[in-house]
Amino acid sequence: MSVTIRESHSIVPPDPKLDKWERLGLLILGIGLALLFGSLFNIYNGNLKPVMLVVTMIAIFAGGLIYGLRTHLIKKPGIQNNNIMTASVSSRGAIGWMIGVILTTLYCIYYWKADWLSGMTQLFDPLSQAIRNKPSDQWFMYGTFYTMGVLIMGVKAIAKYRHSRYQTIRTSSIVFFQLIMAYTLPYFMSRLYNLEYYPTYFWPLSYKVLFPGEEVKTLLASKHEILAMCMLGWSLIATFIATPFLTYFLGKRWYCSWVCGCGGLANTVGDSWRQLSSKTVKAWKYERVTIYSVLIFVIVTTGLLWVFHVTQAESLKGFSGGLAKVYGFLIGSIMSGVIGTGFYPLLGTRIWCRFACPMAAILGIVQRFKSRFRITTNGGQCISCGNCSTYCEMGIDVRWYAQRGQDIKRASCVGCGICSAVCPRGVLSLENGPTDQREEYQIDLLGGMKARQLEQKTNQTK
Amino acid sequence: MHPIIIIGNGIAGVTAAREIRKRNVEIPILIVSGETDHHFSRTALMYIFMGHMNYKDTKPYEDHFWKENRLDLKRAWVEKIEHESNRIIFQGGEAMEYSDLILAVGSTPNKFGWPGQDLPGVQGLYSKQDLDELEKNAVGAKHAVIAGGGLIGIEMAEMLITRGIGVSFLVREKKFWGSVIPEEEAKMIEEHIHEHHVDLRMGDELDSIHAGDDGKVSHIITKTGEKIDCAIVGLTAGVRPNIDWIKEGSEVETDRGILVDNHFKTNLPNVWSIGDCTQMRTPPEGRRPIEAVWYVGKIQGAFVAANICGDTLDYDPGIWWNSAKFFDIEYQTYGTVLPTPQEGEKTFFWKAPDKHITVRINYRESDLAVTGVNVFGVRHRHQVWEKWLSDEAKITDVLSELGAANFDPEFFKQYEDEIIEHWNQENSQQVTKTLGKGLFSSLLGKLNTFKAK
Ligand SMILES: Cc1cc2nc3c(=O)[nH]c(=O)nc-3n(C[C@H](O)[C@H](O)[C@H](O)COP(=O)(O)OP(=O)(O)OC[C@H]3O[C@@H](n4cnc5c(N)ncnc54)[C@H](O)[C@@H]3O)c2cc1C
Ligand code: SF4
Ligand code: SF4
Repeated sequence: MSVTIRESHSIVPPDPKLDKWERLGLLILGIGLALLFGSLFNIYNGNLKPVMLVVTMIAIFAGGLIYGLRTHLIKKPGIQNNNIMTASVSSRGAIGWMIGVILTTLYCIYYWKADWLSGMTQLFDPLSQAIRNKPSDQWFMYGTFYTMGVLIMGVKAIAKYRHSRYQTIRTSSIVFFQLIMAYTLPYFMSRLYNLEYYPTYFWPLSYKVLFPGEEVKTLLASKHEILAMCMLGWSLIATFIATPFLTYFLGKRWYCSWVCGCGGLANTVGDSWRQLSSKTVKAWKYERVTIYSVLIFVIVTTGLLWVFHVTQAESLKGFSGGLAKVYGFLIGSIMSGVIGTGFYPLLGTRIWCRFACPMAAILGIVQRFKSRFRITTNGGQCISCGNCSTYCEMGIDVRWYAQRGQDIKRASCVGCGICSAVCPRGVLSLENGPTDQREEYQIDLLGGMKARQLEQKTNQTK
Repeated sequence: MHPIIIIGNGIAGVTAAREIRKRNVEIPILIVSGETDHHFSRTALMYIFMGHMNYKDTKPYEDHFWKENRLDLKRAWVEKIEHESNRIIFQGGEAMEYSDLILAVGSTPNKFGWPGQDLPGVQGLYSKQDLDELEKNAVGAKHAVIAGGGLIGIEMAEMLITRGIGVSFLVREKKFWGSVIPEEEAKMIEEHIHEHHVDLRMGDELDSIHAGDDGKVSHIITKTGEKIDCAIVGLTAGVRPNIDWIKEGSEVETDRGILVDNHFKTNLPNVWSIGDCTQMRTPPEGRRPIEAVWYVGKIQGAFVAANICGDTLDYDPGIWWNSAKFFDIEYQTYGTVLPTPQEGEKTFFWKAPDKHITVRINYRESDLAVTGVNVFGVRHRHQVWEKWLSDEAKITDVLSELGAANFDPEFFKQYEDEIIEHWNQENSQQVTKTLGKGLFSSLLGKLNTFKAK
């Protein structure tokens, strides 16, 4: 080939296939997962257990990080969505389906056949002893996996979106809240005070927090009265004061994309599947029915439980208790876990957040009707390319608004900011400023001044 | 009633259809195109190739939209216009009568008669079919040559690079996109193209294309006599109105494009033309007769709709704006910025050290009124610049309130202080910042300064 090399730059483009570091990372990760799988058969006994735990964890962390960092850092800072729609893992190909099936199966086992996992659970005994001073159980192991996922894939997400400070800061925030507020802190508290309390999960997302018979009862019975009252107080403040106040100023993103662990998992572990969410009007209609039904369900259930709790009316006992059980099964397990996470590689991330989360429903109502938050569009700059809609994990057809120069104010928008990051024409901006001045400068779809008059004329004749 | 027939389902034709439907719910409308069943975003072709999106994701409207809005679609090529009988004739002979006919037939890639330009493996990039062809040509290809340094050329380079295909990029001009952007910006883009491993050859041109034993392209020879082996040749030396068939099959008057007055009427009764294929007989002041960009097609679609529906409206597209992306560098422009300042105009240019970020503002020497802006690597707000340009705001006032135009996402580094400092070093008329974008100024609502009077 007679191509001469000019300047100092190589003219050999990077090979799109995995390079040796990426392969090494995946190999180490694979070894870690294989070791983990081995633990199911109770083969790591006695002194071997802590060693195997450490080796397994290191392999998973090291492998995941080597792969995750390498794959993004060799590319220049910028949009890194090449081949998303063709790679098997991210386009509902064989690998995608396989991961979907594995995740779904794992969730089912977790919820209903946890004893099958006892070997693996026991592998985590040394860690559990170190943190909580008690043996591991299925939920400790689950929390550990979850946090590891958010941590490793969070670092990967930061590398991927490093050209956007909104993304790096936001991702750091969700990793922090998962690692510290939803893992380390609750477990230390349970060790010190025997109270396992999650300060970043509020009613109605964490419905039991305000169910009279559950966490409230434990809190009221605690010997650390002041601490317990603080926790209860925080739960109430978080739900009834902080939520509407912060959402008014910042939109629901302050929670869904900066704090919440469900959103955290979606934006880290689930990031390569965000484009799979359905953008159809049909899905939007469906979403509104399901999410508000769940909200009504949880409000009614909580209400009835309290009525029964206060009145002790026999007639309500079975009914409200049963309702709580059904809610726990259908919403708490099936929707949030099995489908909500297991189906990531098939239906996109945020299935739970979009179709079922009652917290998102409340935040969304505030955001839609009483909030400064909106995504503004940059005049007439949209070229209708569709990147924004494609990568919106909530299935919002962002382009529909952008190409008309309309602000996007949708209840479901979690403010992840990816639409703005992937837009090749700089059209979208998440904003909290006062809303009144924008409409005045809205360049409608026509662009020019005259065209604006023209639009007004049309509207008058209608 | 015969329908309004629109030939071309691109942005111009589809905007016209939607705008007519907004004004008139009754009238039948038919959109004809030979390219695809449904309207898609041509600007997104590259993202399909790079795997960012599937074809269906580039369709701005779901397929049920058309029926719901009673916009009929037909997939066919039109060959002739018989204006005496108000008919169009399709390939295969079928005829259809119209009440009004809108030509929105777009562009076609330029070919300058290079030897070998029709060999397999040689292609332009304009239509969905071109993309499908590129997909085939890319299989097994190791190296490509792209001839022509415009926006489509650089997009094609980016596309091929993502597949690991090496690219030699021949650009006739001495400076990249030198007919549009000033030297400093052009240099920065060239640097960035190099960073993406493209073999960029400024000041060189395609001379001839040659085939190998299999009949497919095997190498090219440049004007400077160099031979470059390649399996793909991308011809991206601009586009021209797609009017060959109109010249042959109709009496519509054409020059380089279809000639229209400022209501988008052609020489024939009830025949209109909009979008890329259109040439204004008397373009609005400061504008070119053919403007083959997305935004113009959209505005013209709205104007022709108004005129067909009886509002006689002179074409007035407002301020010029455009945008593009060069690999990772975003570009936006408002108003007029030529490669060198016009008579009586001065230019203020700032570049962030070691970064691909620049701001250039042109202004009149006499009264300091701003006339145009180029930004690379930062985003500026259309509405604010429209106001500054139409108010003829002074550059000193603009600089002091530059934060109002900042459209970058939250937490991004803001450069207003550095820009103002740079101005103050170069000019005696000192500026102080009165408005920053700041997270908090937007929270506190300082942007209200821009409320309409
Ligand atoms: C790769 C690429 C990237 C681009 N990026 C940008 C950008 O970033 N920003 C920007 O402003 N502009 C961009 N452009 C230019 C922009 O896409 C065009 O200006 C715009 O699409 C023109 O729209 P239109 O409606 O006039 O014509 P078109 O979109 O070309 O639509 C014309 C349609 O008519 C059909 N047609 C033609 N003749 C016949 C016939 N005889 N019978 C039936 N059907 C017929 C064609 O097949 C075509 O579907 C880009 C163009 C390309 C090719
Ligand atoms: S609209 Fe944008 S910010 Fe909102 S959820 Fe979708 S991608 Fe995220
Ligand atoms: S807003 Fe941006 S990403 Fe969305 S369609 Fe418009 S140009 Fe594309």
